[in-house]
Amino acid sequence: MHEQLYRSLYRIRRVEEHAARAYPSDKIKSPVHLSIGQEAVSVGVCAALEPNDVVFGTYRGHALYLAKGGDLKQMIAELYGKVTGCARGKGGSMHLIDPEAGVMGASAVVGTTIANAVGYAYALKLRREPAIVASFFGDGATEEGVFAESLNFAVLKQLPILFVCENNQYAIHTHQRQRQGRPDICARARALGMPAECIENNELLNLVERGKQVVGRIRSGLGPHFMEAMTYRWQEHVGPGADFHLGYRTEDEAQPWKDSDQVHRLADLIDPVRRTEIETEVEEEIAAAFDFAESSPFPSPAELHEHVFQEVCA
Amino acid sequence: MTASRTTRPARQSRALPKSVAGAEALRSPGEANVWGFEDSAPAKQSEISRPVTRTLSYVEALREATDFEMARHESVVVFGLDVDDPKAIQGTTRGLAEKYGPERVFGTPLSEDAMTGAAIGMALAGLRPIHVHIRMDFLMLAMNQLVNVAAKCHYMYGGRVHVPLVVRAMIGKSWGQGAQHSQGLYSFFMHVPGFKVVAPATPYDAKGCLAAAVRDDNPVLYVEHRHLHFTHGLVPEESYLVRPGKARITAHGSDITLVGISAMQTECLAARHYLTTAGIDAEVIDPIWLSPLDIDTIADSVERTGRLLVVDNGWIACGAGSEIVAAIAERLMGVRDLRVQRMGFAPVTCPTTRCLEDLFYPNGRTIAAAARDLVEGTKTGWVPDEEPKLAKLEFKGPF
Repeated sequence: MHEQLYRSLYRIRRVEEHAARAYPSDKIKSPVHLSIGQEAVSVGVCAALEPNDVVFGTYRGHALYLAKGGDLKQMIAELYGKVTGCARGKGGSMHLIDPEAGVMGASAVVGTTIANAVGYAYALKLRREPAIVASFFGDGATEEGVFAESLNFAVLKQLPILFVCENNQYAIHTHQRQRQGRPDICARARALGMPAECIENNELLNLVERGKQVVGRIRSGLGPHFMEAMTYRWQEHVGPGADFHLGYRTEDEAQPWKDSDQVHRLADLIDPVRRTEIETEVEEEIAAAFDFAESSPFPSPAELHEHVFQEVCA
Repeated sequence: MTASRTTRPARQSRALPKSVAGAEALRSPGEANVWGFEDSAPAKQSEISRPVTRTLSYVEALREATDFEMARHESVVVFGLDVDDPKAIQGTTRGLAEKYGPERVFGTPLSEDAMTGAAIGMALAGLRPIHVHIRMDFLMLAMNQLVNVAAKCHYMYGGRVHVPLVVRAMIGKSWGQGAQHSQGLYSFFMHVPGFKVVAPATPYDAKGCLAAAVRDDNPVLYVEHRHLHFTHGLVPEESYLVRPGKARITAHGSDITLVGISAMQTECLAARHYLTTAGIDAEVIDPIWLSPLDIDTIADSVERTGRLLVVDNGWIACGAGSEIVAAIAERLMGVRDLRVQRMGFAPVTCPTTRCLEDLFYPNGRTIAAAARDLVEGTKTGWVPDEEPKLAKLEFKGPF
């Protein structure tokens, strides 16, 4: 299991680093919100999910897309605006989707997909399907009205959904304590009627263990569950670089999170030979994905008018 | 359906079966045809072979269409505030919860934003939700989900998903509906690519358009006017579709083209009657579907009449009527001399007091007056005397 987790974690980290390195070439002509530092939350929760389970995410969604099994080549091609991208170059980094892998999209408007995830869970329950939904969002989303509305409905209908709040403490450059009169997010989830827990340390193995337990609970029909996962964004809000020079946070604050970097933690748990093999395979896969994106064509002009409406009606 | 509004839709057959009189719906059963329609049959969009003799109300037609679609496919679900309460949204959802169960028909928390988002999530999962709002004003709480998600998903995700969602929204009028129960805000949705918008004016179209909306794989805003809920008309017993993108000529004429949207269709037909007393022969068109808009039918008419008066059930600025006038001007500039005019709500917030509210809305007489001035090319000052038979239908509460 450690090897699988390490592969997923390392792969996301390296994809993000490659994206950051490609960024100055201006071939990625779109905003990217890197998930470096936050990978463990997506990897941990997705390790507890089945292929038929479904996730909804956010504009900082590379980690979730990859952790749930989204196609890497299509992702990079999407960043490059190529027609081979997961959204044919029409969605970009903030709207990655791979329905075959259960990645049902992401929104650039904070909080928006929480309600979509709840609706999807309603459909699963109505059809008596065994799958569940995991809804990922940030700490900022919990300030949106749709957060409370969605959790209320999920409790009311006892829906098969896991709410995952990736709390990196910042909404762009504003700390949670400057935005929330009472920062206890789990208390709000409990007040709306569902069990809630906070995972403080961003530790992957802990996230996997807790994830498996609560996913099993949800799958057995016990209703929604809330998980707040404390984590930390290493890079700037949007873009490839660091942003400590802006002064809204300090390198001292970031240091403990970097010291407990989960990529290194997991690496230490794996046989060095296997580790090298995994890393080599991942590097080759990433290189192939960037080559694929580079060599893929852009959409034709006719694509502009395609996909406004679904043509075939029931 | 062609996405771009600048693309001229393919011409469609003008063949009209005589068996169903769409505009018959605009009068009560047994009443004389006071508006003098001579040809008010709907466009041929479905296979209605037998003569239609059954009369239904708009409300009953809506309920029947919903029932048919729910029976036809178990993926159809209906929800919204109060859909399962004793009043059942004026009766449009009556009996559905009993027939299809509380999982497919349910009242919701007062959470328009999240419930719209949930509706989208259900649609992404393969359901065909009908989300009901007893007032269109409440949609303002759901604009993020409607504009940023429902309308965007198909395009933004490169066609990999689609959102078969119907949003029913009612427009109120009179009996003190006032600022926040009276707005006709459908042009907001016409503005956004990815949305279809329909505003049926008759029981026949109410049924056929709802069925078409439910079977459409795209988000559809289904606009209902509370006054139209009270109207009766001929409605076939079988299932049929009134498909997107086709307008209907509800009365033929040669002097001016009147386009009436939603409940203003009724007022335009009344205006047509007043105009006959002044020797003016007006053609009346119901666009039915506002997006995609059948500009061909309107352009053909205006090419004949040379005058266009569009009467909107909303404000004029940036409204549906403005869109129609602009599209006609683009189409017929240099082809034909024409005169155009828009009418709609007064550019103020809807007041509750009757004496001001009466001035807020266009009506058959003010439309006729404007139409005559347009035809004669001068301010005549003529306003027809009110005919009691044409007095507008009153909505009376409690609602």
